[in-house]
Amino acid sequence: MKPTESESVSGEFSFETTSSDVEVTWGERLRDFYEEFIYKPGLVAWNDRRTKIGGAILMVYVLMATVGAWFYRVPTSNQATRGLRPFEVWSAPLGSTASGEDILAMVIHATPSMLIMIATGGVFATGVAVLIGTVAGYKGGIVDRGLTSFSDVMMSIPGLPLVMVLAVVFSPTNPAVIGILITINYWAGLARAIRSQVLTLRENSYVEASRTMGASTPRILFKDIIPNLMPYVLVNFANAARYVVFTSVGLYYLGILPTSVANWGLQLNNAYKQAGALVGTGALYQLIVPMLAIMGIALALILLSQGLDRVFNPRVRTRLAGGSESTTSNEDETTASNEVMT
Amino acid sequence: MNYYVERTIRALLTVWLVITLTFGMIRLLPGGPLVQLRAELSRQGYSASRINALIENYQNVQPDQPLYVQYFDYVTSLLQGDLGQSITNPNSVASIIGDALPWTMFIMITSVVLIFAIAIVWGAVMAYREGSTFDVASSSVSILLGSMPFYVLAIGLVVLFSYKFQILPARYRTSPGVEAGLSVKFIVDALRHAALPIASLVITGAGLQALAMRGNSISVLGEDYVRVARLRGLSDRRISTRYVARNAILPMYTGFLTLIGFYFGGSPILEEVFTYPGIGYYLFQALENRDYPLMMGIFLVITIALVLSVYIADLTYGKIDPRIKSGESSETY
Repeated sequence: MKPTESESVSGEFSFETTSSDVEVTWGERLRDFYEEFIYKPGLVAWNDRRTKIGGAILMVYVLMATVGAWFYRVPTSNQATRGLRPFEVWSAPLGSTASGEDILAMVIHATPSMLIMIATGGVFATGVAVLIGTVAGYKGGIVDRGLTSFSDVMMSIPGLPLVMVLAVVFSPTNPAVIGILITINYWAGLARAIRSQVLTLRENSYVEASRTMGASTPRILFKDIIPNLMPYVLVNFANAARYVVFTSVGLYYLGILPTSVANWGLQLNNAYKQAGALVGTGALYQLIVPMLAIMGIALALILLSQGLDRVFNPRVRTRLAGGSESTTSNEDETTASNEVMT
Repeated sequence: MNYYVERTIRALLTVWLVITLTFGMIRLLPGGPLVQLRAELSRQGYSASRINALIENYQNVQPDQPLYVQYFDYVTSLLQGDLGQSITNPNSVASIIGDALPWTMFIMITSVVLIFAIAIVWGAVMAYREGSTFDVASSSVSILLGSMPFYVLAIGLVVLFSYKFQILPARYRTSPGVEAGLSVKFIVDALRHAALPIASLVITGAGLQALAMRGNSISVLGEDYVRVARLRGLSDRRISTRYVARNAILPMYTGFLTLIGFYFGGSPILEEVFTYPGIGYYLFQALENRDYPLMMGIFLVITIALVLSVYIADLTYGKIDPRIKSGESSETY
């Protein structure tokens, strides 16, 4: 990944300031960060239909988790007539279960813990991956060998069975812990990908400049290398988040995680095993509502990751800005969709 | 050659580490399996020495020996193919796996082959008509299908095809009373039972792979050698098969083998939905019953399947795609 024009300019900028011993103030730094990573990408993102739709859908979930969960009633048994079908009465718009729980309330109150799980899982996976990937790629030599072998081993342990075994042994109930547990070895593949990106970045002139000036390794990593990786990291954050959704719902569906936390997977399980949604198709709506909730958030995350990929891929960015002819680099897209499968 | 040796050592190292990890989980975790098993057995009124003997039988671990002896015993019996004795099932872990593994492999390999066959054709057509309505519509459909977890689709398929229309069976590998063998009846029956599990993997998986193929093809189409081939006046057929298809398909090869491995990991959910007794189904049973010997045995087998598929992918990739010279040489500094 080549740095865009603006990024290499900011590289020179920091070079000059450090040589004249003038520190950039926090305010300026924040403004730069805002310009580079929020405003500009935001502008391009707004032009991409996929990010727009994905962002909008995700917003709905955030509203559901905050405002919705705050105002809408908590699901309990016998709060509505038992076995209501959707759109029959307004007090329980999506119907109720056989024990009289409001289905809409169940969906809404499962959202906060799901978002917490996604956020912690995504932050953990991408955070560890960035840390290990950049250090391995930048330091090289024995450090690289050690860290790469470690990632390789972690990568070769099958994710879902490992998580299942650990979930049974520890039976975690905190959504944040579950998020981390699910991504316990998901970071490894990402760390390898980031390492190979760093291998190309470390030869850049501005990194070499920092090195000859004697900047410390953490400083080089945080100031010169990681900012250039941010786009890639964000795309993969969305992929990791989708992985957390799929895996957690699957685990709850199987009944492996403790049932004390509300989750769409539990609703699936209830509808499938207790309400007999399969046998008589009468209870089918109890299955479809959580299914839609799962698919909606997964769709939002795929759209975001695909859209963000476009936004941050410099070559594509010029095309979006009305630039030159299109020979799209699709390498990122390939790795992204391969990772999606994990 | 050096690369191959190194890669082999790394694969063996991984397997060894996972064996050690399972041993650690069984033996060292506070409140771990052995403690629970011991509590369970003493509740059933066994004497202390009897419990030790039983534990040794189940897990190839002699609890009264020092740790390194236990570890040595555990590893040597694993190497001899002895994975211990299931607690809830009368058969040994090895025989349960031997019975279940072929079925899971059948589902996974068939699914992945179908996924790639569809993805290659679909992706190539999308790339060829880049920007057309077909391309836009296909990309949207791929994304939509990819946003569906395979088990969610699986549940939907069971509802629709097994219960509503009653065309295909909802559970088990074969109908009761059908003898395994090379008879037409058996094969048709097995295929009918495998149809829905395979369909749920293929439908949710093919779209995203097609997008990957589309990406590869578009970048190949932009290469100079394709332009040169056009200028040389080669036929479209020759260009599309010899130049574009070949170079676009090769990068997907590693994905092919790793995907089999990954789907192996997802087998517990799939096989539980369809009550399909493959290794995933038994893994789930073992988890539910806290049958640790069976659980760890299957976990090991799935890991080895994954390690093996990635290992084969890495070794053969350089041979198949001449642009990649023996793996890592392109990225060493």
